[in-house]
Amino acid sequence: MKRLVFSLVLLALAATGLVRAETLQIDGSTTVGPIADAFAEYFMRTNPGLEITVKKTGSGDGAAALIDSRCDIATLSRFMKDKEFKAAVDHNVFPVAHAIAMDGVCIIVHPSNTVTALTTAQVRDIYKGNIKNWKEIGGPDAEIVIVSRDTSSGTYETFHEKVMNKEELAKNVEYVNSNPQAQARVKTTAGAISYVGIGFVDAEVKALKIDGIQPTKQTIANGTYPVARPLFMFTNGYPKLGSTVFKFCTFYLTEKGQEIILAKGFVPVTSY
Amino acid sequence: MRGFLTLHLGRTALFLITCTSVLAVFLIFLFVMRESLPFLAKFSIKEFLTSTAWYPEAVTPKFGTLALLVGSGYVTIVSIIFAVPVGILAAVFLSDIVSMKIRNIIKPIIEILAAIPSVAYGFFAVMVLAPWMQQKFGFSTGTNALNASLVLAVMALPTIISVSEDSISAIGRELREASYSCGATRMETIFKVVIPAAHSGIIAGIVLGMMRAIGETMVVWMASGNAAQIPQPWWDLSQSVRTLTATIAGDMGETEKGSPHYRALFAAGLLLLVITLCLNMVSEYFLIRAKKAGGKH
Repeated sequence: MKRLVFSLVLLALAATGLVRAETLQIDGSTTVGPIADAFAEYFMRTNPGLEITVKKTGSGDGAAALIDSRCDIATLSRFMKDKEFKAAVDHNVFPVAHAIAMDGVCIIVHPSNTVTALTTAQVRDIYKGNIKNWKEIGGPDAEIVIVSRDTSSGTYETFHEKVMNKEELAKNVEYVNSNPQAQARVKTTAGAISYVGIGFVDAEVKALKIDGIQPTKQTIANGTYPVARPLFMFTNGYPKLGSTVFKFCTFYLTEKGQEIILAKGFVPVTSY
Repeated sequence: MRGFLTLHLGRTALFLITCTSVLAVFLIFLFVMRESLPFLAKFSIKEFLTSTAWYPEAVTPKFGTLALLVGSGYVTIVSIIFAVPVGILAAVFLSDIVSMKIRNIIKPIIEILAAIPSVAYGFFAVMVLAPWMQQKFGFSTGTNALNASLVLAVMALPTIISVSEDSISAIGRELREASYSCGATRMETIFKVVIPAAHSGIIAGIVLGMMRAIGETMVVWMASGNAAQIPQPWWDLSQSVRTLTATIAGDMGETEKGSPHYRALFAAGLLLLVITLCLNMVSEYFLIRAKKAGGKH
């Protein structure tokens, strides 16, 4: 009998707990994932009783989740595709974009490489296999080892669009599946070239000037550096003012939010 | 009565539990078929199998898997070439040469190789093997077919050694003693009598090792470089290759559900499933033969 009462009390507690806890589902890009994670952690620490789950399954999956109303916020490292938008509207979901940060894609080489600046056309020629040796563009006599991110990553999409003009890459291009791996390949390979988000550039690799512009937080935020893209959170309609979703989607405007974005290696959307 | 009930209840329960794994195989097959058939109906199967152009996200996407098939075959065959001599010799050593005491120490250690997570192997391949190859052999890129094959060979070893050692041990004393009594040396006995007599089990072990290599994903994704090309010239192991498994794992995350790219990946999965199914049947055939051969003595 005692045990029964005890378990009933437990059950009641659990039930009230369930009712009281507010939950927020976030799904989408692996690139935006770290930002969403850090935001979620801060929100849960400051709002006890708030439950946030962040899934990092990819921009495409995020969009699909928003379309099926399986999430409150979808994170995308690209804008929604026409087809996705149409599917959303067909499901009575009206996607609204919040550009929360900028992601600068830096072209990186080994620090020993004497090349310091390239044009987008030159980078494109390297990735198309037209330039095969660093000496052709004023560097050392060494074969170029071309490293790209996998074709389904958001970073690849930005690079493919901004640098490659959506043209095909050469067949001998190597693919790696994460920013740290791309950085590691360049760090250990004298003739390598690759590209990573600005947060992954450190002293062990060298970021090149592109079209004469050094990738920095300023040049990325003000849009002069050519290989940059905004990162998005998408909601169904503009969130109700004051709601948790609203607070979450506008958190990037606060000082704390911008601190987090910087700490994760991205660039806050500011103009000062 | 109670005994009757529990017997039958127990039997049914166990039967149903066994069925779930059989059912899982069928469901996986059905699911992969369902997701890939629309692709196979719309695109030319001939082009899918014979074109080397894999540009799934291009404006006019191309889905040629030949380079990926060759890549898968390449790392599998080269890794087997490395692993088979080492595996068989190690199996012979464990079963015929070394004392039982030492064997009981070495065998579990070899089996630990199978328990190391593949991502740990991959990490080793990228961070240690790749830079080492670049410095030692002057390869322009360290993540290449040779790197992936070497790591896969190590991963296939425990399977090959275990199965081969079992079948070599199963060959009875009589055969060995008969050989010695004819005046054969130990080496002659091992290579001309024991290994031929155990060949079915050894082949089954090799095929199981091959299946491990061809189905492996994480290691090849990290170590092979993933360039969708057929090496030119074909024997150049220092070039990057890309396998079917790595392509599926790498591309699946961000593809639009239901898009041609998504379906093409499932078609590649179906291809892989058919290949492993064939290999599995080959290994079953040899395992059954090994059992029969073992029974005779």
